[in-house]
Amino acid sequence: MSAPPASPARRPAIGQPVIIAAGLALAVALGIGFGGKVIAQQIVSGLMLGAIYMTVAMAFTLTIGVLNFLNFTIPTLFMLTGMVAWGLIHQGWLAFAGGSAWLVALLIGVGVAVAASLVVERFTFRYLRTRHGDATEHAIPLVSSLGFLLIFEHLVLIGMGSESQRFAVPFKADIRIFGVVLGGAQLASMVLAVVIVAALTYILKHTRMGRALRTIAENPDTASLLGVEVTRIVPVVFILTGLLAGVAGALFTINYSDVSPFMGDHVGTKAIAAMVLGGLGSIWGAIAGGILVGLTETLSIHFLGGDSVQMTVWGLLLAVIILRPQGLFGTASIGKGKM
Amino acid sequence: MSGYMSGIVAILCINLIFAYGIYVTAAAGQLNLGGAGFQAIGAYAAAWLSSVAMQPIWLTIPAAMVITGFVGFLISFPVLRTRGVYMVLATFAFAEVVAGYLLRSKVFGGAIGMVVPDHIDVPVLIGAAVLVTLAVFYLMATRLGLAMRSIHDDEPVSSLMGVNVRAIQVASFTLGGAFAGLAGALYAHHFSFVEAQYFNSLLSIYVLLFVLIGGTQTAWGPLVGSLFFTLIPELLRVGGSWRYVVFGVAIVLMMIIRPEGIVTRELVARLSPRNWFGGKRPALGERHAG
Repeated sequence: MSAPPASPARRPAIGQPVIIAAGLALAVALGIGFGGKVIAQQIVSGLMLGAIYMTVAMAFTLTIGVLNFLNFTIPTLFMLTGMVAWGLIHQGWLAFAGGSAWLVALLIGVGVAVAASLVVERFTFRYLRTRHGDATEHAIPLVSSLGFLLIFEHLVLIGMGSESQRFAVPFKADIRIFGVVLGGAQLASMVLAVVIVAALTYILKHTRMGRALRTIAENPDTASLLGVEVTRIVPVVFILTGLLAGVAGALFTINYSDVSPFMGDHVGTKAIAAMVLGGLGSIWGAIAGGILVGLTETLSIHFLGGDSVQMTVWGLLLAVIILRPQGLFGTASIGKGKM
Repeated sequence: MSGYMSGIVAILCINLIFAYGIYVTAAAGQLNLGGAGFQAIGAYAAAWLSSVAMQPIWLTIPAAMVITGFVGFLISFPVLRTRGVYMVLATFAFAEVVAGYLLRSKVFGGAIGMVVPDHIDVPVLIGAAVLVTLAVFYLMATRLGLAMRSIHDDEPVSSLMGVNVRAIQVASFTLGGAFAGLAGALYAHHFSFVEAQYFNSLLSIYVLLFVLIGGTQTAWGPLVGSLFFTLIPELLRVGGSWRYVVFGVAIVLMMIIRPEGIVTRELVARLSPRNWFGGKRPALGERHAG
C-alpha cells in the first residue's frame, strides 16, 4: 500500500481563507435565494454552532498537527470551563464582582482548563517517546488521555452533580437583519472565534514560538538538533489547547445559558468530525470543517428531523475519510504513521 | 449464584468475547475504535431474527456472527485505505453511523429498542466465552496468527517476507467483526432487550481500552484487560462515583509504568511452566505468544 506523496509545494496560505469565504458566501446566497427567511435563519444558527465547533476543532488539530496526538481530554476541558464557572457563581464566591460575575467566572473557568491541560501534558505526552517496537505503541498518549477524560468528568460529577444547570448571562441583545434574528451573544462569540483564529495563525506564521512549533511538527528530532527546546515548547501546545477548548466552552455557555458535565461530549465528537473534514493539522481546515459541520447539523435537523444529525455528520465524515483522507486542506502525511 | 454475581459474570463474558473481537484486529496492528458499531449490528441482527422472523436461538446467533463478519469484511476495504489516527477515526465514524441509523430506523424499533423473546442463561455465556478464548489462543498459535503478529510488529518487513498483508488484515477485520457480532447476539439474548443508546462511543472506547491495557502482544491481553476493567469497578463500588476517578488514575499510571499492556510476550515466556525450575530468561528466538 503506497501513500500518496506529500505535496512538496504548499498551497499559498492566502488561497484557503479565500476559498472558504467564497464557498460560504455562495452557500448563504443559494440558501437565502431558494429558501428565504427560514433557511437564512438556519444558516445563521449553523454558523454560530460552527464557530464553537471550529474553536474546539482547532484545539484538536493543533495537538495532532504538532504532536501527532489525538487528545481526548479536549471535550472535558471544554466542559470544565462551563462547570467551574457555574460552580463559582453557585457558591456565591464571586458576589464581589457584582454584575460582571459571569465574566470573571468564565475567565477563571478558562484558567482552570489551561491548568488541567498542563496536568495532562505532564502525564501523557512526556511518555509518547517510543521505547518499544510495537505497532500500537502510538496509542499510549491516546489511552492516557482517555484516562484523564474519566478522571475529570467524574470529579466534576462528584463535585457538582449530573444535572444540567442554568448559567444566566445578563446581555440578550438580539439584532434583526431582514427578519433574521442574530443573537448578540452569538455574534460576539463568532467575532471572538475569528479573532482567536487570526491570532493563532499570526503566532504560528510570524513568531519565534510559531516557527519552533512548526519545526516540531515537521520532525521533533531534527527540531531538537536545530536548537529548539522541545520539552519547553510542548507545554505551549497544551496551553493553547486548554485556552481554545476553554474559550469555546465559555462561548457555548454564553450562547446557550446552560452547562452540564456532559456538555463536552457532543461538541467534542462534532469537533473531531470538523477537524477530519478540514484535514488534520490544518487550521483553516478546522475553520472550514467547523462551519461545514455546523451547517450540516442545523440543515439536517431542519430537513430530516432531529435524530438524523448523527447519521449525516458521521456519514459525511466517513465518506471524506475514505474518498479524500487528507480532508479539504490537510497534507497527506499527517496522522498516517504514529499517532 | 446471586443475581448480582451472575450479572457481573454475564457482562464479563460478553465483554471478553467483544474484547477478543477487537483484539483480533489489534493483533494485526489495526486499531478499531468502532467496536460498538459491530456489536450493535450483531445484537440487532439476533434481535430482529428472533423477534420478527421468529427464528430459534441456534440459528439467530450464528446468523448474527455471519452478518457482522460480513459487515467487517466489507468495511475493511475502505477502512484499510487509511492508517494511524485516520483508521481510529474512520472506525469511530462507522460506529456513529450505525448507532445513528439504528436510532432512526422503524424496522429496528428506533429509540424504543427491541424486545428479544428467547433468553439464554449465564452458563451458556460462560461456555461461549471459554470457546472464543480457546479459539483465539489457537488462532494465535497458527501460521495465520504468526502472520498477524508479524504485521503488528513490522508491516513492510512482513510484506517483504511474503506475507499477504492486505489479505490478513481483511481476514482479521472479518473475524473481529464476527466475534463482536457474537458478543452482541449474546447480549441481546441474555438481557432480552436491545437499545441503540447502549452501543455508544463510550462502549467502543472501553473495549479498546480492555485490549490496549491488557496488552496486544499475546492472547492473554484481552482476558486480563476484561477482568481488570470489569472487576476493578465492581470492587471499587464502595467508593461510589470515586471508583471511576481511581480507575482513570489506574489507566494513566498503567500507561506510564507499563505502556505495552499488562501482559507481554516476555512476561508470558517468563511465567511459562518450562521456566519454573530453570529460571533462565528465554532467548529471543524462543519467545512466543501464549
